[in-house]
Amino acid sequence: MPTITSALADVTASDSALRRFLHGLPGVDAVGLEARAASLGTRSIKTTAKAYAIDLAISMIDLTTLEGADTPGKVRALAAKALRPDPTDRTAPATAAVCVYPDMVETAAAALAGSGVKVASVATAFPAGRAALGVKLADTRDAVAAGADEIDMVIDRGAFLSGRYLKVYEEIRAVKEAAGAARLKVIFETGELSTYDNIRRASWLGMLAGADFIKTSTGKVGVNATPANTLLMLQAVRDFRERTGVQVGVKPAGGIRSSKDAVKFLVLVNETVGADWLDNHWFRFGASSLLNDLLMQRQKLSTGRYSGPDYVTVD
Amino acid sequence: MAPETPMAPETPMTSPRPTTSPSPFEYAPAPESRGVVDLAPSYGLFIDGEFTESSDATRGGGTGGGTGGGLRKTVNPATEEVLAEYTQAGDEDVDRAVRAARKAFSTWSALPGAERAKYLFRIARIIQERSRELAVLETLDNGKPIRETRDTDLPLVAAHFFYYAGWADKLAHAGHGPNPRPLGVAGQVIPWNFPLLMLAWKIAPALATGNTVVLKPAETTPLSALFFADICRQAGLPRGVVNIVTGDGATGAALVAHPGVDKVAFTGSTGVGKAIARQVAGTDKKVTLELGGKGANIVFDDAPVDQAVEGIVNGIFFNQGQVCCAGSRLLVQESVHDEVLDSLKRRLATLRVGDPLDKNTDLGAINSAEQLARITALAETGEAEGAERWSPDCALPSAGYWFAPTLFTNVTQAHTVARDEIFGPVLSVLTFRTPDEAVAKANNTPYGLSAGIWTEKGSRILAVAGKLRAGVVWANTFNKFDPTSPFGGYKESGYGREGGRHGLEAYLDV
Repeated sequence: MPTITSALADVTASDSALRRFLHGLPGVDAVGLEARAASLGTRSIKTTAKAYAIDLAISMIDLTTLEGADTPGKVRALAAKALRPDPTDRTAPATAAVCVYPDMVETAAAALAGSGVKVASVATAFPAGRAALGVKLADTRDAVAAGADEIDMVIDRGAFLSGRYLKVYEEIRAVKEAAGAARLKVIFETGELSTYDNIRRASWLGMLAGADFIKTSTGKVGVNATPANTLLMLQAVRDFRERTGVQVGVKPAGGIRSSKDAVKFLVLVNETVGADWLDNHWFRFGASSLLNDLLMQRQKLSTGRYSGPDYVTVD
Repeated sequence: MAPETPMAPETPMTSPRPTTSPSPFEYAPAPESRGVVDLAPSYGLFIDGEFTESSDATRGGGTGGGTGGGLRKTVNPATEEVLAEYTQAGDEDVDRAVRAARKAFSTWSALPGAERAKYLFRIARIIQERSRELAVLETLDNGKPIRETRDTDLPLVAAHFFYYAGWADKLAHAGHGPNPRPLGVAGQVIPWNFPLLMLAWKIAPALATGNTVVLKPAETTPLSALFFADICRQAGLPRGVVNIVTGDGATGAALVAHPGVDKVAFTGSTGVGKAIARQVAGTDKKVTLELGGKGANIVFDDAPVDQAVEGIVNGIFFNQGQVCCAGSRLLVQESVHDEVLDSLKRRLATLRVGDPLDKNTDLGAINSAEQLARITALAETGEAEGAERWSPDCALPSAGYWFAPTLFTNVTQAHTVARDEIFGPVLSVLTFRTPDEAVAKANNTPYGLSAGIWTEKGSRILAVAGKLRAGVVWANTFNKFDPTSPFGGYKESGYGREGGRHGLEAYLDV
């Protein structure tokens, strides 16, 4: 199998080589990209397809709580919800992971032990990422030591926007190393990168540096995951696998609240990268309120009527 | 820092390209209900504000033999099911329609523009209100996907009426003097590829400027025009302002030849267009012709590739390629040929071909057996001449008229598939090395209706667009339509412009 080293050996050799490579990627026409995402958004997903998509979406959720007010109690409640999202229906799948701040990893890991539901932790001075590299690495190691299976890091957007791509690259590599066996999700904060060209460049930069997942956003800024930026990142992982043979996952996060939206994202996956990514090993939703809407839609499909928000658990 | 070998992925990996595993995410059928359309078993002609039978019965009475009075059948091209019967209008019917239009002209043209605008606005609103019904009807009669009739045809139909309604009381500001006069009775003959949209392109500017019309829809797609007649009644449009005569080419020829017609507007094939031009030569009829095309879609090496691929697909597979301005020739710079072709083939494999009423269908049926035969024959010629033919794996329905999306590579300017308008889902791929060569090849066609340019470089867009002899040049997009924009061709693609302020001129005595 070809590796990144053999396929793209020179592009990270220096800051200028990296810049040349990233700026040599095909441009993105914003109007065309958004039109394609909107057009896929008109797919009509009904009956059996809807049931499949809803369960798949539930199984892809990184059920998230990232609040200053988080407590062990809140995290345990969330973990219980992740394990059995619908207490009235044992056929509802578990979510993919629970995503918490590093100091809550231990609590989450204890609650989820042996379940198969992963513990993901944001690290690297999330969400701003404005800390020294040593602090970010310590943050990462702490989370992994406490039992995190997955690390969601943020890139240094300041360095990226000022064109210091190699700095961003080296930082991702260092965090990857600190994360050890944990899978690394690299958050670009697409709302701050602002242009689609930047999002494509950041995607390649992250993948070259060894990201296991590329992720849109922290959920902490105005613009988070959109169909268009997720479509663009799906095109990037598709192209990266063609060039290197290495498959990378995608995680849109923030702002995906309804089942309808989640199904649209799954259509993007299905028609852009296909079946190989239709699995929670390769695609995730970073979301909190989405789960309850999926559960209500799921109940509607099985019972034929809407149950309402008091028939799903509030955690 | 030297990159290390990345961690091996945790699950088995498939080969890098292309993704071949069948998707577990199968879309369940999502058909739009055809119950919203109430079809009568048979339809008469709409003349002088009423549906009437043919008065040509004495001369015809057969079953669609080209003389008046007979009934013809219109079928659903996706199933070959007969949808309804309609009337073959003969010479006498055409004469009645033209006389009704003439009679209505004096009062209609004398109305203040603001009053005519009210009718047009009302028609536009009714079209919006009935858009679901009309979209399903159009899909049934034409074979195009409901996604297109719902999202493209019907919104544009309403937009054209809204747009020209706005002009009706502002003609003094259209650049044709303080009080431009209408021409009189317009005889309009439209094609089957966008039945209701072409009707809107013809009727909206004609009525806004104070003309009255006799319109003949295509013989394979008469139904939406007949439903439009009903909308005219619903809107309270004065009798005779709009008349619809159905039938085959003989009806169209009778309309064009009628001495009471002041203006002929035709959209269709170049062959028929030339015949019309000969027919009206020496008369004082004004003519606009919108004919065939062989549009070049030019992809430069700095193009946004993913969006260019979408544009190529939209350029040639929109409406099964049955579009006069289709981007049927792909001119791709040699340095990115393989990359673009690989992406294009991967994308074509995801096109959903099948039931046009299914909301997830991308490619519907070919409009008629005759058109299917023509596409099939031209594709066979392409193969016989040595071009390389490729189609994705796609199962086609057994009934109805279907043609799989098709690419021809290794095509040169000398190949028939690079020169003749195919009017089907068939793309010919040619290459070029420099911008000059791209322009030379794009212009090397008897047609000149449309072209596309794909590049991230703005200065190149402007430079190349200025050298292309095509009525519409799209940059980093394709097949985008708007009522404010004029549309029309160079050379054998016709003359006159429809749409925008320019579209008024064709219906004014200037």
